Amino acid sequence: MEPALTTPGVAGLRRVRPSRRTPFSWVGNGGLSRLLFLLPLLLVFGAFSWYPIVRLVLISFQHTNEVITTWVGFQNFSEVLHDPLFPIALRNTAEFAGLALLFGYPIPLVAAVLMSEVRKRRGLYAALAYLPVVIPPVVAVLLWKTFYAGGPSGVFNTILGWFGIPPQQWIQSIGQAMPSLVLESTWANAGATVIIYLAALTSVNPELYEAASVDGAGLWKKIWHVTLPQMRTVLLVTMILQIIGTAQVFLEPYLFTSGGPDNATMTILLLIYNYAFGNSLGASYGEAAALSLMLVAFLAVFSLIYLRATRSWSDE
Amino acid sequence: MSALQFRQLRSRRRQAAADGQQGLVQSADWKRPSVRWGLGGTQTALLVLLVIIGLGPILWLAKAAVTPTQDTLSNPMAIFPHGVDWNNISNAWNEVDIGLYIWNTVVIAFGSWLCQIVVATTGAFALSVLRPKWGRVITGALLTTLFVPAVVLLVPLYLEVVHPPVINHSFVNSYWAIWLPAGASAFNVIIMKRFFDNLPREIFEAARIDGAGPFRLFVSIVLPMSKPILGVVSIFAVLASWKDFLWPLLVLSNPSKQPVSVRLPTIAGQTDLGVFLAAMLIACLVPIVGFLIFQRSFLRGTGLSGALKG
Repeated sequence: MEPALTTPGVAGLRRVRPSRRTPFSWVGNGGLSRLLFLLPLLLVFGAFSWYPIVRLVLISFQHTNEVITTWVGFQNFSEVLHDPLFPIALRNTAEFAGLALLFGYPIPLVAAVLMSEVRKRRGLYAALAYLPVVIPPVVAVLLWKTFYAGGPSGVFNTILGWFGIPPQQWIQSIGQAMPSLVLESTWANAGATVIIYLAALTSVNPELYEAASVDGAGLWKKIWHVTLPQMRTVLLVTMILQIIGTAQVFLEPYLFTSGGPDNATMTILLLIYNYAFGNSLGASYGEAAALSLMLVAFLAVFSLIYLRATRSWSDE
Repeated sequence: MSALQFRQLRSRRRQAAADGQQGLVQSADWKRPSVRWGLGGTQTALLVLLVIIGLGPILWLAKAAVTPTQDTLSNPMAIFPHGVDWNNISNAWNEVDIGLYIWNTVVIAFGSWLCQIVVATTGAFALSVLRPKWGRVITGALLTTLFVPAVVLLVPLYLEVVHPPVINHSFVNSYWAIWLPAGASAFNVIIMKRFFDNLPREIFEAARIDGAGPFRLFVSIVLPMSKPILGVVSIFAVLASWKDFLWPLLVLSNPSKQPVSVRLPTIAGQTDLGVFLAAMLIACLVPIVGFLIFQRSFLRGTGLSGALKG
């Protein structure tokens, strides 16, 4: 938060405080209207954000079945850590995040740099890049599931056939399932990253390019010495946003493969879901909460970097 | 970025464009054949790629939605080898009842939008303009929630909705279970507060001297001045609600109340592929049309999200 000092306070809105505070003077000073305006925020955040956060911590130390609750100390945490699925989910989530960075990080940057130099119809480029982002994710996943059909007459296999490549198993194969999920997720999300880069590129001061030209810098030198240094904060921000987003990947493994084949796409969030809602033998909310809490602790590090980076950037 | 900064930036860029130095590649460079052909060619290639990648899957969906299922299954890339099957569309509308689920999605999105706008505008107004003494504490508590992604609160939120603490009535299968939690978006309150912080204080002062109370100030001055940010927040509120899947899946077990995103995966296995693809196409149309209409706000808002200041 920026300190309140930077913007002058509305001294006039608060009248001079009387020497004695009574409920009557509080109302007269606008205390009632301040409270009324804050009320929706306090009620909604209290009930659906602050209270659930506290309760998440409590549940992680409890065994609860919606009726009876007992305190169990760190038992939930140790059960999660000893679950054989936990290291698998951890590895898969890391693999998803890593592959997503590999696919989804450089490609939008190259596209955005090229697009920022388009003279005519830049809007058309931007709209085409952004179009997949507006498709509802569920529709995108189900559509790609059709594309990934394994037989020789699947959509992607037909296209591969044009180039003489034999049909692939895609999401049905242990080795290809995760890259296939990442491919769809990159298609669905890269457009937003392109637009963020474009916004940052167009705010680079043109005088810097001019100065570089005067100094005799060519195109590549200008990209390396002007564009990229000017973009470093936004590059950091998109990377962190992407890590935070991919660490929570759920929809793709849930709808494409339900974590299969042979747990090859079991992710942390899918594991949380299975603990809490996927088990027909009875929900273990405690374990789900414990794993959620570990995820929050991990992501908090990245959120902190994000808040730091965006703050220093806009203060520049 | 405040409205003022934005305008300055734009005028600076327009100035630069007029001077012929728009950015990385200057007008003088463009006249050189190597740049013209190299960069121009790359950009054309990029456009072709964008059409194939961005538009291609949607065009395929549009084609498959009116193709007989057998053709889609045996030769998915052929264009209407045995004619067009319009029945897919009518079946998706009448038998799958996709219209009902789209309507449910609209109702859910509208309520979520309203709740987010009410909470964000009133809360940001109080924190930015009225400035209560404990405003700093509340802002701090809001910022803390940015560290907690919504999905990890699924378990406590679900338990709360099934057994609410004070009210002894389950909210399962009620839209309130979606509308109210949607309002708890710290992101909205914070970007709204930043916008209000940058509004000129003199106007508030003048209004106060003219006898306007906080309510008058809010309705007649602050809200009308905030149209740009209201537009951005609204678009993202509606889009997020349209995209939401897991939370509605958990709290809406009654199929006739479910939104399209929850219903589609359920019917995937038991519906004829052609009809199913037609249903998916119909489900895409509303967001695509919305995007085409509000394109500028979409793109500006997304650019802004990279610049959120904590």
